[in-house]
Amino acid sequence: MKIVVPIKRVVDPYAKVKPLADGTGLDVAGVKFEINPFDEIAMEEAVRIKERDPSTYTVAVSIGGPECEEQLRKALAIGADEAVLIETTDGLDASVIAAELVAFVQEVAPDIVLMGKQSTDDDSNQVGQMMAAMLGWPQATFACKLTPGVGEVTVDRETDSGEESLRMKTPCVVTTDLRMNQPRYIALPGIIKARSKPLAKRGRGTSASPRVRLTHLAALPPRPPGRKVASVDELLTELKSRGLV
Amino acid sequence: MKLLCVAFSEAELPVCGGLAASLGAEFDVLLVHGSAGAGYGAAQVMTLGATEAPTADVLAPCVAAAAVGYSHVVAVSSMATKDLMARAAGLVGAAMVTDVVRFEAPNRFVRPILAGSVLATVETLVEPVFLTFRAAGIVPAEAGSAVAVAAAPPLGPELATRVATTVRGGSRPDLAQAKCVVTGGRPLQDAETFERVIGGLADRLGAAVGATRAAVDSGIAPNELQVGQTGKIVAPDLYIAAGVSGSTQHVAGIKDSKAIVAINKDPDAPIFETADLGLVADLFEAIPEIVAKLGPKE
Ligand SMILES: Cc1cc2nc3c(=O)[nH]c(=O)nc-3n(C[C@H](O)[C@H](O)[C@H](O)COP(=O)(O)OP(=O)(O)OC[C@H]3O[C@@H](n4cnc5c(N)ncnc54)[C@H](O)[C@@H]3O)c2cc1C
Repeated sequence: MKIVVPIKRVVDPYAKVKPLADGTGLDVAGVKFEINPFDEIAMEEAVRIKERDPSTYTVAVSIGGPECEEQLRKALAIGADEAVLIETTDGLDASVIAAELVAFVQEVAPDIVLMGKQSTDDDSNQVGQMMAAMLGWPQATFACKLTPGVGEVTVDRETDSGEESLRMKTPCVVTTDLRMNQPRYIALPGIIKARSKPLAKRGRGTSASPRVRLTHLAALPPRPPGRKVASVDELLTELKSRGLV
Repeated sequence: MKLLCVAFSEAELPVCGGLAASLGAEFDVLLVHGSAGAGYGAAQVMTLGATEAPTADVLAPCVAAAAVGYSHVVAVSSMATKDLMARAAGLVGAAMVTDVVRFEAPNRFVRPILAGSVLATVETLVEPVFLTFRAAGIVPAEAGSAVAVAAAPPLGPELATRVATTVRGGSRPDLAQAKCVVTGGRPLQDAETFERVIGGLADRLGAAVGATRAAVDSGIAPNELQVGQTGKIVAPDLYIAAGVSGSTQHVAGIKDSKAIVAINKDPDAPIFETADLGLVADLFEAIPEIVAKLGPKE
């Protein structure tokens, strides 16, 4: 079984990042970058599948500037067999990422594309579904459990009202939710050891151009400051006076 | 602008109609589930008459075919519409924008990014535009008179088979629509305690129940109750957070609430920065006291 795991470099999801004063971008001075947490879950799952079935081969792929190498090294440290950086400084939207990944996937011919359901910077939740549409493959988004079979997979996915289980033939696209697994901790030596694993760089495979462009960023206006109440009685009096209970 | 609203159920039609009215746009509806008694301002409702919503692979070709002739294909944000709309946009080659909170121009939209801490303005460069939008702040449309009904385009081939479905819900209001939400976090210990303490207060208030990721991950609450960046977005009149630290990811889902009440025993918990009213207290004492002082439900 071959698994492709797309990896996105994102600002540390726990950091408080603000837009630049002129709204043209984010002020990322001094902020760390990480693998998008959902992609890390996808990479972890691919490696667990490989640990159960050693014939599995996993490829991590990222699209972006040379700095994305850092996140691909981490993916290799988690256990990817190989990493590919599609290097570009072009403006990218979900449709361009999907087009590039489709071209890559057609070449690598995996059984599963396993990826995060959304990135924690853009929060769009689009690329997996777009890729599946373009490839004509089945999809399972918001996945919390993946059970590979022979020529098929069974995926448990979270829904608005509970869960459901989908069975689909491979090749397919699976996007992970938070509860699929808890990624392993990688200590620095692990990342250094992964330096001997193959990481190839190449240019873009398509000329797709963005359909959506970011024009401005602004901080969310703060909520008016609240206050503390001293007791349950004071809380209830306040809520009653506002007609809330 | 001519809109096609994709709705999984009739319950989504009032906000679809409200959105179209606020934009002064003509609109039709593609209704997946059930039938529409009224149009909420729509010129036409295309129905599929499905008893169970088909999977996204089956639905997307139908949406893509129905989209012809519309400038915008829109749906209320939910896990189901995110699953479907991006796939349909991929088939059509459309521009796609997720979680729109403000419509500035037919090709300019505002949406939250980075766990709702930043508002991004985006421009779409091609038509049609596919988008999901947040219902908060939209005035629902009146039902209106009976509406012309047409058959939806055919469904696509089934690529995935649904082999099991678990639907929870029960008698409490729907989290995303509720006027009041009571949310519990990690300190609720176990499912039984969560249900008794958080569920008890919620039932007294006629509220929906929400949970943090920590509560869901530790099996205290079911996943569909998770509120936040990667869970449900709520916008009630009253949001009560008990034993919730107030992480950016959680707060991302509650910012549109009119009033936020926090009950936390740590006076420095970040949730107090977001709360309108904060009570520093042990929730296991404060909540029973609130329920007792509110008295039995009328
Ligand atoms: C990619 C990503 C996505 C995420 N998405 C979400 C999301 O959608 N929703 C979400 O909620 N989280 C999300 N998280 C997790 C988030 O970062 C926090 O870990 C989580 O919200 C914490 O939950 P909590 O407040 O219940 O737990 P904790 O952070 O452990 O806080 C518990 C709080 O309860 C208080 N407390 C303890 N005992 C009592 C008591 N007896 N009485 C009163 N107060 C008490 C403590 O003082 C503390 O403030 C996400 C994280 C990541 C990385």
